[in-house]
Amino acid sequence: MLRVEGVTKRFGGLTAVSSVDLEVAGGEIVSLIGPNGAGKTTLFAMVAGFLTLNEGEIFLNDMPIAGKKPHQICKLGMVRTFQITQPFAGLTTLQNIMVGAYSHTDGPLKAQQKAEEVAEIVGMTSLLASGADSLTVAGRKRLELARALATNPKLLLLDEVMAGLNPTEIDEIVSVIKGIRDTGVTIFLIEHVMKAVMNLSDRSYVLNDGKLIATGTPAEIAENPLVIEAYLGHGAAGEMVDAS
Amino acid sequence: MMALNRQVILLLLSAIILAFVPAFITSKFYIDVLTLIFFTAYIGQSWNILGGYAGQFSFGGVMFFGTGAYASSILLTSFGIPPIFGIIVAIFAGALLGFIVGYMSFRSGLKGSYFALITLAFAELLRVLANSVEFTGGGVGLFLTFAPGLSNLQFKTPIGFYYFAFLLMVISILIALWLERSRFGAQLVAIRENEEAAEALGINTLKCKIYAIMIMGAMGGAAGTFYAQKYLYLDPPIAYSIHLSVEMLLVTIVGGMGTVFGPLIGAFVLHIVNEIARHLIDTPGLSLIVYGVILIVIISYLPNGLIGMFKKKMNKSKPTALKNFFSGDKDA
Repeated sequence: MLRVEGVTKRFGGLTAVSSVDLEVAGGEIVSLIGPNGAGKTTLFAMVAGFLTLNEGEIFLNDMPIAGKKPHQICKLGMVRTFQITQPFAGLTTLQNIMVGAYSHTDGPLKAQQKAEEVAEIVGMTSLLASGADSLTVAGRKRLELARALATNPKLLLLDEVMAGLNPTEIDEIVSVIKGIRDTGVTIFLIEHVMKAVMNLSDRSYVLNDGKLIATGTPAEIAENPLVIEAYLGHGAAGEMVDAS
Repeated sequence: MMALNRQVILLLLSAIILAFVPAFITSKFYIDVLTLIFFTAYIGQSWNILGGYAGQFSFGGVMFFGTGAYASSILLTSFGIPPIFGIIVAIFAGALLGFIVGYMSFRSGLKGSYFALITLAFAELLRVLANSVEFTGGGVGLFLTFAPGLSNLQFKTPIGFYYFAFLLMVISILIALWLERSRFGAQLVAIRENEEAAEALGINTLKCKIYAIMIMGAMGGAAGTFYAQKYLYLDPPIAYSIHLSVEMLLVTIVGGMGTVFGPLIGAFVLHIVNEIARHLIDTPGLSLIVYGVILIVIISYLPNGLIGMFKKKMNKSKPTALKNFFSGDKDA
C-alpha cells in the first residue's frame, strides 16, 4: 500500500533521513521505532507531504505522491496525526472531528453523523460538547486519532499517540487501534512505548541516525544487537550477552 | 440547533424592527447615522469573513472598497454605464483584486502581521496609483451628478439609502450565517485555529483563504459603489483611506470576531460612542483617539468582543487568531 524508496532528507549539512526504503502492506500494523532524533517524524512528515524530499520517491497504491500537498495526500486516503497534538483549540470536540469528516462530505448533518460514529470508536462520545482546549493529554491524543479517522483513511500515520499516557490509557488506546485495523484501515505508527509496539505491530522498522538498521517482527527486533546498541550505546549488546 | 434557532429568531426580529424604523423616525440625522451604521456593519462583516472566520487579519481592507468605488464611478462618468451595472463590475473588480492579493501573499506563505502589513501596502500602493493616473481624475477626484433613480442607485430621500445600506447589511449577515453552517465556514475556522492540522485533514488551505479574501473583496467592491453614489465624490484619500481599513477591523473586534452579529453590534456601539464624543468635544480626529482607547480596552478585557459577554458557554480565553497575531506565528 505504502512504498518508500530511497528517501533522503537533508537540512543543510545534516542528513536527517538517509536513503530509507520501506513498505507497508494493506491491513498491516507496522511500527517505526528508533532513538530520539533518529528521523522518524521527519520521515512521516515527508510521507504525509509536509516536507519535500531531496531524493527518492514515495508511492501510495503504486501512485507516486512525493511533491503532493498534505491535503491532496489526505484525499488519496492517507492521513497523519501530530506528535505534538494540534487541536483546533477554540472549537468543541465535535467540531474538531467534523473538520475531518468534511474532507469527504459537504453536508453538515452527514459530517456530524460521521463525527459521532468516530467518537464512539475512539471512546469520546461523552466529550463531544467539551472544548478541545479543556481536554486532558489522553483526550487530545484521542482527538488527533478521531479527526484523522473521520477523513475515512485507508492508511493512518500515527505519530506517538501514546506518549504521555498512563498504562491504563495506553491499554485503552491499543485496543482502539486494533479495532481500527479490524475495520480494514492499515496503520503505520511511530512509537516509543515498547509494550505497545510489541503488542500491536505485525512488523517494525528501526531507524537510527536517519538510516534503517533493522526490520522484522517485534520479537526479532528486540534481539537484534544493532538495535540494542542504537538504544543503549556501542558495546551494549555484547555486555548484555556477557551478563546473562 | 437551539442556538441557531435563537439566532434566526433574533435576526428576523431585528430585521423587522430595523425595516420599519423610517416609518417612525423622520429625523434625517438619525436616518443617516443608522445608514452609516449599516454600511460599517456591512464592511466590518467583509473583514470578519477573512479576519474573524479565517483568522487572516488585514490592515488594508479599504483597497476593495476603493477599487469598487472607482470601478463603478469611472464606468458612469467616462462611459455612461449606470451604477446598477457598475456595482456588478465593482463586485467583480473587488473579487479579482482579492484573488491577486490573496494568491500573491498566501502562496508565499504570508500570515499574521506580515499578511496584515502586505494588505496595508497594497492599499497604499493603490492610493498612490489612483493619485497619479489620469482616468481616476487623479488628485482632483471624480464628481458624480445627483440623478436619483434605481439605475443610478441614488435616491431622493435618505430613506432610500437607508434601505440600500440595510439590504447590504442583511446580505452580509446571511453570508455569515451560511459560513456558520457550511463546510466552507468550518474549513475557514479550522484554518484560523490551526492551519497545519487543517491541511493535514484534507483542507486546501490556500484555496480556502483565497476564496475568503475574494468574498471580502466582492463585498468591499459593492460597498464602494454604495459610498460613491451616496456621497457623489471620490478622490484617492477617500477611496483608500486607512481610516476605513481601521474601522472595519475595529467594529468587528469590538463586537466579536468570527461571530454573525459581532460587526453589527460593534458598528452600533462605535457609532453611538463616536456621535456622543463629537457632541461633547468638537475636535477633529478625536474619534480616532476614542477608537484607539476602546480597542485597547476590548482586546485586554473582552478579547471575544462585546458579544462574548452574552455567550455564557463560550470559553473566556483569547481567540486563537488574536493570540497568533500578537505572539507572532508559531511555525512548527
